[in-house]
Amino acid sequence: MGAVAMTHVGYVVAGWAIPLVALGLYAVRVVVRGRRLAEQVPPEERRWS
Amino acid sequence: MSAPPTTASRATRAIGGLSLAGLALLLGYALWWSPPDVVQKDSVRIMYVHVPTAIVAFSACAITTLASGMWLRRRSEGWWVLGGASAEVGLLFTGACLVTGSIWGRPTWGTYWDWDPRITSTTLLFILLVGFLALRRVDNESGIAAQRGMRAAIVGLLLFPNVVIVHYSVDWWRSLHQPATITRLDPTIEGEMLFTLMLGIVVFALVFAWLLVHRFRLGWLEERVRATGLDAAIVERRAEADLAGRAR
Repeated sequence: MGAVAMTHVGYVVAGWAIPLVALGLYAVRVVVRGRRLAEQVPPEERRWS
Repeated sequence: MSAPPTTASRATRAIGGLSLAGLALLLGYALWWSPPDVVQKDSVRIMYVHVPTAIVAFSACAITTLASGMWLRRRSEGWWVLGGASAEVGLLFTGACLVTGSIWGRPTWGTYWDWDPRITSTTLLFILLVGFLALRRVDNESGIAAQRGMRAAIVGLLLFPNVVIVHYSVDWWRSLHQPATITRLDPTIEGEMLFTLMLGIVVFALVFAWLLVHRFRLGWLEERVRATGLDAAIVERRAEADLAGRAR
């Protein structure tokens, strides 16, 4: 058991890396764009802050 | 000095922290601690990301359909923004589901792609989500209040019925996919494998919730900025009209 004896390593790594990287990049994009737009909107319009 | 404004709040920070901790635990179980499958060997580890992303994608479609229906009824900004946010995040998860399924299919079925009913109907779902988001953008730019979002909302209503087709496709047609595995009262997997799969569903649901809230708030801000821009343009046009009137 464990990484040493793992079969299909390339498929497993790709299967996990692709969605996690995509989700991470998307999350960063949403947060950065949110920060940029939040500065243009008055605080009373940002009900969550 | 106060912190710069963001789309975050105490709740999203808590969900984000839980998501990251859960992801670390999930990676441990999915890649090391859970045993390989007798038939699939270690390629089963892809299932711990594939199945949760599929479930989350289908939930996102359900939210989009609900938001589209509510928007058609009430025309409120909140439902409009929620529909767009859940569709965009859902598109990401549907794409992840298709890609991970394709990667898993190569060592297991010997092919990246097959015209299998479930794969085909999930691809149709992906295309519907792209169409929904594209129509929203077109309608948003046209700015015709009565038509704005109508076509997009109608496409949004088609999403969840398509999810039902995806779910039952393995029963209705001959499929490479196995029938229901975990939605049965006696699941066909057990022990650490079942635990890892369930953990994956919980963790990706948390990630989805975090993304959805942030995307919803971003959409809300986009609407505010758009409205402010429209107001400024109207004031500018009125000032121009006043000047022209005085010149006459």
